[in-house]
Amino acid sequence: MTAVEERAGAAGADDYEARLQAFTGVELVPQRRGSDPVNVPMIRHWVEAMGETDPVHTDDDAARATGRSGPVAPASMAQAWVMRGYAASVAPAAGHSPFDDLAELLAEGGYTSVVATDSEFTFARELVPGDEVSVSEVLESISPEKRTGLGVGRFVTTVKTYRDAAGEVVATQRWRLLRFRPPGRGPEPRALRPRPAINRDNAFWFDAAREHRLVIQRCAACGTLRHPPGPVCAACGSLEQDTVEAAGRGAVHSFVVNHHPKHPAFDYPLVVAVVELTEGTRLITNLVGIAPEEVAIGLPVVLDWLDADPELSLPVFRPVAGKGT
Amino acid sequence: MTAALRPAPASVAVGDELPELAIPLTRTLIVATAIASRDYQDVHHDPELAVQRGSKDVFMNILTTNGLVERFVRGWAGSAAVVEAIRIRLGAPNYPGDTMVLRGSVGAVDGRRVEVAVRGENSLGVHVTGTVTVRLPGGAA
Repeated sequence: MTAVEERAGAAGADDYEARLQAFTGVELVPQRRGSDPVNVPMIRHWVEAMGETDPVHTDDDAARATGRSGPVAPASMAQAWVMRGYAASVAPAAGHSPFDDLAELLAEGGYTSVVATDSEFTFARELVPGDEVSVSEVLESISPEKRTGLGVGRFVTTVKTYRDAAGEVVATQRWRLLRFRPPGRGPEPRALRPRPAINRDNAFWFDAAREHRLVIQRCAACGTLRHPPGPVCAACGSLEQDTVEAAGRGAVHSFVVNHHPKHPAFDYPLVVAVVELTEGTRLITNLVGIAPEEVAIGLPVVLDWLDADPELSLPVFRPVAGKGT
Repeated sequence: MTAALRPAPASVAVGDELPELAIPLTRTLIVATAIASRDYQDVHHDPELAVQRGSKDVFMNILTTNGLVERFVRGWAGSAAVVEAIRIRLGAPNYPGDTMVLRGSVGAVDGRRVEVAVRGENSLGVHVTGTVTVRLPGGAA
């Protein structure tokens, strides 16, 4: 991956989060009526499959014996009245709702699998045959990415409001889905490198690095170069300082090859080197464009730049005659 | 022939336990309930696509868990009871071949309004936890 691609990828991650969060509070599904009014045949299918034998759902006399005016649908069936059924699998709904936009955006993030995790139903009244149930759905929240037993995903919480033909609310349902990436499918977004501890003494160095300039702090009194940056010159004690820009050439002073423990931001094996610049100061850096077994103390190296993410650019070094990767 | 109406519990107190309900999770039950709830998501009826989507098999849909939890509590609360709320959270999936055992106890009583805490377990662990609020007929509680 080139630095430019890495930079674009990381910027995309921030942008993606913002695009997701923009759905908060949005009505995903405008008021939509179920295909059929509440009816006994569909209730019968439901209670048979569920193993529910209470006659109040299908039998007029039995329902009246409990003080009702006729059969009542099982409360939990509220959602079934507005399901689009098999039609949803074979023919997309007419038009394009924000719900479709959100589903597409989640698919773009790789969250192609879905499982319901929570349903919190409250019912204002029992539904009876003839009721025409409609539903609208508003997005309440989208969680940050979570690692779950099913895979990496996001919890998407909505509130569904069910109304009758008169517009009265008959039920509300807080509804939570886990939208997840099936394991083993597609690359996960790269973790960010650990943030450097930037303070007033060293901020200039990281600022320069973002501009792809490798600078070295210099004592303004005696001219001694020093790295890492600090407030006081070790040679003369002066607090005055400025910088010079390094030529970007040096040699490996020492190195280690890191195999373990692994941090998800890095590729392994990872060559961590102390490079001595031709100016005389040394810095800790990574070597790129070279196999770990080819690294040797004294190896001449030249400066390159790693744009790890939009906030972080770091100097790295590659062999002077090294092959590109 | 219709089944008989079910009586309301003679008395209700916090801590009362509901009769346990064991539900064999046949493949037919999982598919039939998904279709009865008009849920044609492939993960609830097509094993091959369910596996492709990261599941080990088809699994019960949440509308059915809602329906079974309602059935479980209604069986105890009686035919005249009105269900006012069903709040559930899902855990381990209900896969074919397993058995889910529903257990419940009265968590709160406020006049005729009773909140039942429900827990359904299968061989993998807890499939569902939640509460069901029912309004019992006058004088029963």
